[in-house]
Amino acid sequence: MSRVVDGPVVMPELPAGRVLPVLVAPDAKLSTPCVEVDPHEPAVVQLAADLIATQRVSPGCVGLAANQVGVSWRLFSLDVSAHPKARTSHGEFVLVNPYIVSASRNEKGREGCMSVPDFTGDVRRAAKLVVRGLLPATGEEVEIETDAFEARALQHELDHLDGALFLDRVAGAHAVYPRRIYL
Amino acid sequence: MSVLALTVLGHDRPGIIAEVTGALADLGGNLEDSSMTLLRGHFAWTLIVDTDTSADEIESRVASLRDEGLVVSVLPVPERQPDGAPGRSFLLSVYGADRPGIVSAVTRVVADHGGNVTDLTTRLGTNLYLLTAEVELPADVDLDSLNAQLRSTAETIGVEAHLVRVEPDVL
Repeated sequence: MSRVVDGPVVMPELPAGRVLPVLVAPDAKLSTPCVEVDPHEPAVVQLAADLIATQRVSPGCVGLAANQVGVSWRLFSLDVSAHPKARTSHGEFVLVNPYIVSASRNEKGREGCMSVPDFTGDVRRAAKLVVRGLLPATGEEVEIETDAFEARALQHELDHLDGALFLDRVAGAHAVYPRRIYL
Repeated sequence: MSVLALTVLGHDRPGIIAEVTGALADLGGNLEDSSMTLLRGHFAWTLIVDTDTSADEIESRVASLRDEGLVVSVLPVPERQPDGAPGRSFLLSVYGADRPGIVSAVTRVVADHGGNVTDLTTRLGTNLYLLTAEVELPADVDLDSLNAQLRSTAETIGVEAHLVRVEPDVL
């Protein structure tokens, strides 16, 4: 049974995280689907801490998938709480082996990605989303129901775990733009 | 190395892009940014090519394409300029009954506020005329003044005009 999370996800205590370099496309790791892992495994718990540490020091970064730091495991960190477009936010958390339970209400938005520094693109994403995943260390399954910007960010990170970038989903031949504003 | 801007125009048919890029590849040219579209069966492509070959040589090489009814021009472009202070991106959408002067009237308002159109599409339906443009405005632009002038211009020519901020989000 998964626990439906209302409000911020209460994360288990994690070890000190290290800031890791973020890969940039084209890099084969970014195009390789990630594999499921055991959330209790110490290396997975450490990576969860590393993702959070790296995300915290990266300006404007609201999410980071394991393969963006070169590890092909299914986990990502997320934190949209400080973002002006966020409506619902579950705070700062890491999900292991996450998957989408339901998705609806597609909306178009313009996305950029730390791993694609030169471009932005218009991508349609569900604005209502339910995602389940395991917390690192405890392995507890949680269910997150969200909307708007957090929903978009979750789908962006889930795409990373499947080896896809926003470039794989752009809305048309003229929907990719040079990125000029470096956050 | 020099950077050239080619434009290729003509009646559309399958194979134009393959032929042009084939000729460029034979000359060692590297295709960089490009944008192509079809407008009522008219093929329009602008491409930036990085090459050791002179503009004259490229000109002569693409002459054979001209024999097939394409209009090809080759122009040198200056080295890439730094983008300068980042502006703010907006999407301008305008629509209404077709009449002469819609595009000039609304883009004049944008230009008078220091705005630069970076991407533009216009379409004519049965009677509906539609313009969508990506507009870069200076960071210190007076948005209230711009919106007010857009509104009054739109009212004068009988169209709807809306300017919406487009903020890319880094995820």
